[in-house]
Amino acid sequence: MSSQDIPEETLPAERGGTHVPKPADDKNPFADPGLPPHEHRIQDIDERAAKRSERTVALLFTVSMLATIGFIASFVAIPQDKSIYVFPIGHISAMNFALGLTLGVALFTIGAGAVHWARTLMSDEEVADERHPIEASPETRAKVHADFKQGAKESVIGRRKLIRNTMLGALTLMPLSGVFLLRDLGPLPGTKLRHTLWSKGKLLVNMNTNEPMRPSDIGVGSLTFAKPEGLEEHDEGFQNEIAKAALMIIRLEPDSIKDKQELEWSHEGIVAYSKICTHVGCPISLYEQQTHHALCPCHQSTFDLADGARVIFGPAGHPLPQLRIGVNDEGYLEALSDFDEPVGPAFWERG
Amino acid sequence: MSTAANDAPRSRGKAPAGERVADWADGRLGIYSLAKANMRKIFPDHWSFMLGEVCLYSFIIIILTGVYLTLFFHPSMNEVTYHGSYVPMQGQLMSEAYKSTLDISFDVRGGLLIRQIHHWAAIIFLAGMFVHMMRVFFTGAFRKPREINWLFGFLLFVLGMFTGFTGYSLPDDLLSGTGVRFTQGAILSMPIVGTYISMFLFGGEFPGTDFVARFYSIHILLLPGIMLGLVVGHLILVFYHKHTQFAGPGKTNKNVVGMPLLPVYMAKAGGFFFLVFGVIAAIAGIVSVNPIWAIGPYRPDQVSTGAQPDWYMGFAEGLVRAMPGWEINFWGHTLVLGVLIPLVIFGVFLALIAVYPFIESWVTGDKREHHILDRPRNAPTRTAFGVAWVTAYMIMLIGGGNDIVATHFHLSINAVTWFVRIGFFLGPVLAFIVTKRICLGLQRRDKEKVLHGRESGIIKRLPHGEFIEVHEPLSQEQLHTLTAHEQYEPAEIGPTVDENGVERKVKGSEKLRAKLSGAYFGEESQIPKPTVEEYKEITSGHGHH
Repeated sequence: MSSQDIPEETLPAERGGTHVPKPADDKNPFADPGLPPHEHRIQDIDERAAKRSERTVALLFTVSMLATIGFIASFVAIPQDKSIYVFPIGHISAMNFALGLTLGVALFTIGAGAVHWARTLMSDEEVADERHPIEASPETRAKVHADFKQGAKESVIGRRKLIRNTMLGALTLMPLSGVFLLRDLGPLPGTKLRHTLWSKGKLLVNMNTNEPMRPSDIGVGSLTFAKPEGLEEHDEGFQNEIAKAALMIIRLEPDSIKDKQELEWSHEGIVAYSKICTHVGCPISLYEQQTHHALCPCHQSTFDLADGARVIFGPAGHPLPQLRIGVNDEGYLEALSDFDEPVGPAFWERG
Repeated sequence: MSTAANDAPRSRGKAPAGERVADWADGRLGIYSLAKANMRKIFPDHWSFMLGEVCLYSFIIIILTGVYLTLFFHPSMNEVTYHGSYVPMQGQLMSEAYKSTLDISFDVRGGLLIRQIHHWAAIIFLAGMFVHMMRVFFTGAFRKPREINWLFGFLLFVLGMFTGFTGYSLPDDLLSGTGVRFTQGAILSMPIVGTYISMFLFGGEFPGTDFVARFYSIHILLLPGIMLGLVVGHLILVFYHKHTQFAGPGKTNKNVVGMPLLPVYMAKAGGFFFLVFGVIAAIAGIVSVNPIWAIGPYRPDQVSTGAQPDWYMGFAEGLVRAMPGWEINFWGHTLVLGVLIPLVIFGVFLALIAVYPFIESWVTGDKREHHILDRPRNAPTRTAFGVAWVTAYMIMLIGGGNDIVATHFHLSINAVTWFVRIGFFLGPVLAFIVTKRICLGLQRRDKEKVLHGRESGIIKRLPHGEFIEVHEPLSQEQLHTLTAHEQYEPAEIGPTVDENGVERKVKGSEKLRAKLSGAYFGEESQIPKPTVEEYKEITSGHGHH
C-alpha cells in the first residue's frame, strides 16, 4: 500500500525524527557518534498499517488452529497403512505426510505470528544497557580471600597433617570400590578372539541353501558364503559365532593361485577365507571375478584372493585368514582345522 | 498508543490475579529480584545470533520426542520372530529392539513422525552446533570472559556426537549394527586395554546380547543428563556475561545495545522455537530418515553397500578410511596403527579447536574483557586457522563418504581416497594462505573506503577531458564502524640484558610466543588501519577523489 495518504502530522519529518547522515566530526572523524536516532516503521506512523499487521498476526494464529484440527482429523481418519503418491517425493505413508505437514504448519504459524508481531507492532527502539566487569572489586576479592583463610585456619587442616593425609588417602582409595563393581560388565578376553566354531571335520554349509557342499557345487568365479555345520539361525549365540565363523568360498583356476600356502590349503582351486574384514570387522561382500579382488564395502579395503588375500588397497593391516579345507569320505567340503590366526580386526594380544 | 484501552482501572482494592500469584511466588522464591535484573535484559540483534537458538530448540525437541519414543521402544536384544503389520519382514528373526522400532514406525499412529522428528532434530542439532561454534570462533566471541562457555559448547558438541551415535545404534538394524561393529574394531585397536574394554562394553564377544540395553541407558540418561546440565550452564553464562555485539555507532565494550527481553526478544525467540519445530516437523513429514525397515535387522555376517554413519560421525569415518593399514607386530603384540592413529587424530583435532581460545590469549597476552565482536577479516590469522580447520574437517567428510563420492561422480575409489590422503595435509595449508590473503585484501578495501569514500558509480568528465569516478565520503557512523577494531602490536622479547649488564636467559616459551605474535600481528598479517591524520590529510586535499 502506498503511504501517500498518511496524515501529515504522523510523518517522521513532523515528529523531528529525520535521520540525515551527519558530516564527519572535525576533531576525530572516527569517533563514536552514539546511537543513531530511531527510525519509524510504517506501523508506527500509520494506524492502518498497524491494523494490517494485527490482522496478519491473527490470521497466522488462526491458520495454526486450523492446522491442529487438521492434525487431529488426519490422526483419526487416515488408515495407518495407506500409502499415497506425492510428486516429486514418490510413494509415502499418507498418515506420516499429513501429520507432519499439519503439525509443521500449526507450529510454524505460531512462530511466524509471534515474530511478525514482534517485528511490526512491538517497540523496535534500541536500548543501551551498561555492562559491569565480571571480576569482583578488589575489596570483595580481599574479603573472600580473608574469609577463606579464616575458614581454613578454623578447620585446622593445615596444622593437623595426620588428618589431612589420611583423609586424602581415604578419598583416593574409596573410588576403587566403584571400579571393582564394574568388573562383571563382561568376561575377561582370554583367548576368545582366537577361536571360532571351525574345527577338523566340520562341514562347510551353504548360507543360502543350508546344505553341505560338494566341490562341484562351486563354479569358477562364483562367490559363496558358508557357515560351519550345526550352527543354526535360531541358536543361542548364533550372532556371536557367525561374527567370527562367516566364510567366503571362491573357486579359482589352480594355476592362477600365486601364493604357495593358499594353494596347499585349497581344494581343486576352491579357497575359503574369513568373511570378516581384518580392518574393523565388516563382512566383506563384494567380489570381482576378473581380478579375484574382494572389497569390503565399509572402508574399501581390497584383498587379492588369488595371492593369499594380500591387502592391495585400503586401511586393512593384514590379509584375511584362510581356512584349510578338503573333502570328506562322502565328497563334502570340510574344514581341516580352525583358522590358524584370529579372524577380524587386529588387537593388542594378537601378535 | 494502542495499549491505552487496556489500562482501564480494574476492580479497586484487589490486585489482579496474576499480580497476586507473583507476589506469592516472590515471598517464597524471590522472583522479583531475579526479574528486576532480567525481565528487560537487552539482547543485541544479528542474524548469526539465532544459530545458538536453533541448537537449543532442537535439543528441546529431541528431549520431548525422545521421552515419547521411550514409551514404545524395548531396549532388548532378545530374538523374536516378527508378526507385525509390515509384510516384507514377516517371519524374520530380529531383536526386540528392532521389532519395537518397526512397531513405532508402522503400528503406533504418529510414531513414525515422532521418530523422524527425533532423528532430524538430532541431525540439525549437531549441524547447528557446528555452525554456531564457527560463528563464535570467527567473530572472536570466545575471548575473555567467555572461554569457559566456549568449552561448555565444545563439550556439548562432542557429547552430542556420541549421544547421536548411541541413539542411532539402538534400533539394532543392519546399518547401525555395522557402525557398532566398526566402533568395536576401533576399541580393539587400543593398546593393552582394547580387548578388555570391548569385552566389558559388550558383555562378552561382539555383538553379544547387552549392548542395546547399555547404549540405551547411556543414550537416554547418562549423556543427555550431562548435556542438560551443560546447556543450562551455557545459558546462565550467556545471561551473566550478556550477549556480545558487533561494533557500530553507540555500541561499546561497556554497553549492550538491543531490544529488551520482554517483550521483543521473548516474542522473537519464543516464536523462533515454533519456527524451528515447525520446519523440523514438516521435514519429518516429507523426507524419510533412517528407514530401518528397508535395511533389515542386524546380522554380523551381512552388510549393505554405501554404509554411512550420520553426518557428524563422517569426520571420524573419513580418518579411518583414508589411513593406510599400518600394523606393527613385536614381542607377541600387535600395534594397530591403521586404526589407532585415526582415533588419536580424531581426539587431537577436536581438542585443537577446544583449546584455541587459551592459545590465542597467551599469544596476545590480552587480559581484558571483550564484548565487541571481531569481523573475521580483522583477525586474519585466526580466521585463516579456522578455515584451515574447517577445510581439514570437510575433506575428511568427503573421505567418510568416499564410496558415495566415487559412485555418484563416476570416479575411482582409489583416486578419491588418495585425494583425501593428500588433501588432508595440503588442503588446510592452502586454505590458510588463501584465507589470509582474502582477509588482508578486505582490510585494504576497508581502509580504501574510509580514506577515499564509497565508489558511487557516477562517472564525471572533467573540463580537460579526464574521467573520474565520484567517491562519496562515508558518514561518521560508517567511519567509526570500520575503524573501531583494535590492532595488536607483535610482542617482542624484552631486553635480554638488564640495567646492570647481566644477561638473562630467554625462555623457549617466550621465544615461541614472540614468534607466534609476529605471525599473528606482524606486517604480513594485518593492514594498519587508517588514522585520523591520514584521513584529514586526504580529505582536506583539494579536489581529491
